[in-house]
Parts: sequence; C-alpha cells; structure tokens
Amino acid sequence: MTDTITMAHGAGGKQTSELIQTVFKKHFNNEYFTADDASVLPAPKGKMAMTTDSFIVSPQFFPGGNIGKLAICGTVNDLSCMGARPLYMTCAFVIEEGFKVSDLEKIADSMEKTASEVGVRLVAGDTKVAGKGQCGGVFINTTGVGEILPKANTSGAYAKPGDAVIVTGDIGRHGTCILLSRDDYGIDAEVTTDCAPLWKPVEAAIKAVPEIHVIRDATRGGVGTVLYEIASESGVGIHLDSSKVPVADSVRGVTGMLGLEPLYLACEGRLVMFCPSEKAGELISVLQGFEDTKGAAVIGSVTSDMKGRVVMSTEIGAETLLPEPGNELLPRIC
Amino acid sequence: MNNAIVRARKIIDNYNGPHMRIMEVCGTHTHEIFRQGIRKILPESIEMISGPGCPVCVTPVGFIDEAIMLALEKNCTICTFGDLVRVPGTEDSLQTARGKGANVKVVYSPTDAEEFAMQNPDKQVVFLSVGFETTTPSNCIAVKNAIRDGITNFSLLTANKTMPGAYEAMKDSTDLFLYPGHVHAIIGTKICEDLVKEGVSGVCAGFTGSELLTAIAVACVKYQEGRPFFVNCYPRVVTEEGSDDAKAIVSEMMEPCDAEWRGMGEIKNSGMKLRDAYSDFDARKKYALPHIDGKANPACHCGEVLKGEIKPPECPLFGKVCTPEHPVGACMVSSEGACSAFYLYGQG
Repeated sequence: MTDTITMAHGAGGKQTSELIQTVFKKHFNNEYFTADDASVLPAPKGKMAMTTDSFIVSPQFFPGGNIGKLAICGTVNDLSCMGARPLYMTCAFVIEEGFKVSDLEKIADSMEKTASEVGVRLVAGDTKVAGKGQCGGVFINTTGVGEILPKANTSGAYAKPGDAVIVTGDIGRHGTCILLSRDDYGIDAEVTTDCAPLWKPVEAAIKAVPEIHVIRDATRGGVGTVLYEIASESGVGIHLDSSKVPVADSVRGVTGMLGLEPLYLACEGRLVMFCPSEKAGELISVLQGFEDTKGAAVIGSVTSDMKGRVVMSTEIGAETLLPEPGNELLPRIC
Repeated sequence: MNNAIVRARKIIDNYNGPHMRIMEVCGTHTHEIFRQGIRKILPESIEMISGPGCPVCVTPVGFIDEAIMLALEKNCTICTFGDLVRVPGTEDSLQTARGKGANVKVVYSPTDAEEFAMQNPDKQVVFLSVGFETTTPSNCIAVKNAIRDGITNFSLLTANKTMPGAYEAMKDSTDLFLYPGHVHAIIGTKICEDLVKEGVSGVCAGFTGSELLTAIAVACVKYQEGRPFFVNCYPRVVTEEGSDDAKAIVSEMMEPCDAEWRGMGEIKNSGMKLRDAYSDFDARKKYALPHIDGKANPACHCGEVLKGEIKPPECPLFGKVCTPEHPVGACMVSSEGACSAFYLYGQG
C-alpha cells in the first residue's frame, strides 16, 4: 500500500479494497461489519433513535483527540441525549488525495477505541477520494442508531419552570483547543479537548433519575446556544448563575485575552441536563462518579417568566441578558 | 461577590452626590459594563455614556472606500481584522466588495499580514491599520518586519488614532472619563493629570467587573468633593510613565496627523501616520490614492451615539433596519460598539 491516498483508492477497484482491508476492516471488524451492499442487523426491542452528523474539523489532530474520536463521540452523544443506547453506526469518509495513510490509520484506531468504549458497532462504511484541494484532509460522516431506554423521555421541549439546569463539566474547552491549534493567535496555552463519549454516565443518570426532562449535547455554538434553543422550544425562561458555570482557568485566560464568551464556545463532551430541582443533587452525584462528567454542576434554573430568554446573574450581583447567539466569533482588536 | 465588589456596591448604592455623567471611552469597557449588568445597578444619579473608543466604530466611511478602491482598482489584497469587513462604506462594505472581486483576507494580527505578503510575493498586500495606542505598536512592528525580511509588497492603509484627541473633543460632553486601562498602560497617566489642570476629571479602570465597579465607586467619592481629580484605579497594569518600548517604536516610525472620526469630523492631531522615511509602506502614497470623502447613510446616527449625545435606542434605525446581522452604522458592527452592546444585551 502507498504511503498516501491516491485517486485510485476511491475508484472502487483493487486499491479501494486494499484500503478497506488494511485500514478500515482491520479496525472496524465485528460480526455485523459487512462486505455486502448493506448490513443486516437484529431489530431493537423498544423505540429507536437515529441521528447523523458530519465532521470537518481543522486541524484533524488536536490535543486530546482527533477527527475520528470526534466523529464517534458526536453521534454517540446525540443518541445519548435521547436516552438511546448506541447500537450501530455507519461511517463515510471523504479523503483528500495525498492524505497520509498513517494518519488515516490513527483516525481509524481512535474510532475503534472510542466505539468499543461505548459498545457501539461500526457496521458499514464508505470511502470516497476527493482531488487535491477539494476537501481539507478528511471529512467524516457518521450515522447512528440506538435503542431508547424504557424509562427515558427527554426532549428540548420538556423543560419546566422549577427545573435545575446542569452542565456535566467545565465548558468551552473544545472550541478553545481548536482555536489554539489553528495557531492564528500566537497564544501558547495548554488546553485539551473535552471530546468524550458520554453514553455510560447518561445511562446511569437516566436509571437513577428517570425524571430528567432535557439532555442536550452542547457542541457547535456551546452551552449558551443550547440554552437559548431549549428556552425557545420549551417556552420558558432560563436563569443562569455565572459564578456557578465551570470554566477551566486556562480557558478563561485565553477567552479573556481574545474577548470571547466561553458560553458560546464548542464543547464535544459536555451535556446540558434539566431535571426537577429536588432531583438535582442525586443526578449530580451520579454524574460525578464518572471521569468524563466528574465536574457536573448546577448552573441555573428554569423560570416561567422571561420566556425564550436566558438571564444571567453576574459577578457584581446584577442581572443581565446573555446575548443571543448567532453572531460570528470575532476576537477583539484592542 | 468578593469584598471589593461588596464595598464598591455599598458606596455606589448610597451615592447621594450631584448627578454624574461618566463616559467610558473604551469599547472593551462598554462591552464589559453591559456583560456585567453594571448600568442596571447604578442609581439614577449616575449615568454611563458610551464614548468614541471602539476603533472600528470611529473609522470613517472614506477609509472603507479607500480600502475598496485599493482592492478593486489597484488589485491589492486587503488584510484586515474581521470586524472591519462588515463596516459600511459609501456604497459597499469590504464584504459586499468581495462579491465584486475584491480580495479580502481576515487576519488576527498585522504581523500575520506581513507573513502573508512574504509568502505571496505576486500579491500586493495592504493591511488596514486601525486602532488606538494599544494596537499601533504592532502595526509598526509589521513594517519593521517587512524591512527586515526585505519585502516590498506590503503596506499599511493607516487610520490609527490617539485617545488624547478624543478626550479633548469629548471633555465637554461628560462630567468625568472612565479612562481605558489598556491605552494608559502604553501612554501612562500624565495626560490624565494634565487634564485635571484643565478641570477634567477621570478614573483609570481595569476590565473585570470588580475593577470597573471599584473605579466607579472611587469616582462617586471623589466627585462629591467637588474638585477636579484623577485616580489610577488600575495600578497593577497602568503606571505614570507607560510603556517606553511601545512609545519608542511608534514615535520612531509614525507622526501625529489630523484625523477624521466617523460622525465627529476632523480632530486635530488625533491620528498617526507613517513618517516620510517609511513612505514605501504607506499605501496612500504607494498607490497614489486620491482623497475620498465618504458619505455615511444620512439616517444613521452613529456620530451622535459616539459623542454620547444620544443613546443607541434613540436612533430611529436601531433594532429595526440596523441590527448586528444587517448593520447600517459601524457602532452596530463591532462587538465593542455601543449600538451592538445595547442590542445584544436587550436594552433597546
């Protein structure tokens, strides 16, 4: 096999099958991984959840992860938010001509490790090669199917006044990590991604507190965007206590310098959860028992007024509106 | 709340002196004052006014027109901070000019623009050099780097401004200034002491909620004494002398000039331009740009907002046709602009 991907690897012939055998099949092999046109799978017993997501992050390797881990975590976490145990996943790669096969192997290896951590099986895949300059390195799409736990009943529309608002760890790390990895700012700081598959803590959380109303993955747009979505979908107001929002010192330092709001920076391993306030203590203690959610904290509550808005109490004891999401993130210039 | 905040709030809550108008001159202050909700806790007798301290907001319409002319008629690649891309010129912004073929590249520092020029010797690269004393030294460094690297395809279109000019123009519009900590870390505090002699008061403040509130509390105490005053409330960063290195590089390479401020007209000696020795790096001279008088949208009230004469919601365009997504005036474009802050924090 050559050291780099060529157009021939996407042509469907001998080199394509060589790529599948040496890279993908080696890592993704399981009883359902198929050479046929579609995989044949046992149907789950209860309700199913299905989701898809595409990943085009640049750079593809960053402190604490890579695009492969991200592609598994993104879809696993989306299924988890619906209380669905991730069962099967497909993945499609668009690889740029000239991409290093050794890098592709690293990506596939991370995908395998992350998938097996969760117990989800990669059952089908696709590979296309794009000409040099047509895509940046590698793009990955993953689609996942999960089986919803009998007790789970979550939706962004189910938040109720009186609910506690919880995040499962410190926020804004993935976004900050990627900003720093792009090296556009000339800032040296050690920030690793929070990218992690969260099915296990979610499963334990739902089993302990089936009254969880909302679980949502705070990815692109960050926790702030997710809160605005939920406030709007549920027709409620959200009150945040800014002093309770966990932010790592390194992230606070970098975002402070650049004038960015951590609440609007992407996370890839953080969930926002809403549950009745009397259950919040129990939920937090369950979450804190898992490595990837040990920083879980209550950051606010749901109100019946200020519908569709997120109000924040600030460091000085005032209340102010969290600005609505939607504006491009621009670093300030002085 | 930490002790400093508790103490400051007590002083502010109990303020019973004369009505006091405090102008924050710095866009970062404006943004932080909103983010912390400071305006909401002030008694009626203390009024915050947002002054002209956002470098994007005060950049005149004609400057954008010049940049577009360089891109479209002189075939230059424009490198700029992202905020400027959406600022309206007379007919186009750099964003809409892109659709007409302008090459506009967003960079995060002037030295990135210089490096881009070095890597692309076939392109004529112009960096849009805006900003106050905090940003100007890095623009000079980019030119120094270009000389060091022997590159000739890099130049600056300057609209750098200096704060003392703004203080001079604004001193009658406010009772006291909340001086910007970053700027005075560079230029020192002598100018503030000199202004006291002219009867102009002020406090120099840092940027956290605690630092801002402390500075306002100090202003409350001093203002009641009835005499002009200056207090440096940000001494861990701001010194009387400022930064000699930064001042030295700027005075070596640039000299003061009269400058146009959007909505405020020309203010004498309030700008900086490259000295004649660096003419090769001055885009206006290099490309023999004609003088362009830009025309702002006549319905836009940015000028009055920048002078603190009206609050953003008093502009008839605010929140209706002028929003952060579709800005008519510069104050709505930049995240540091007063209109943008009022809009984003729901205080329309």
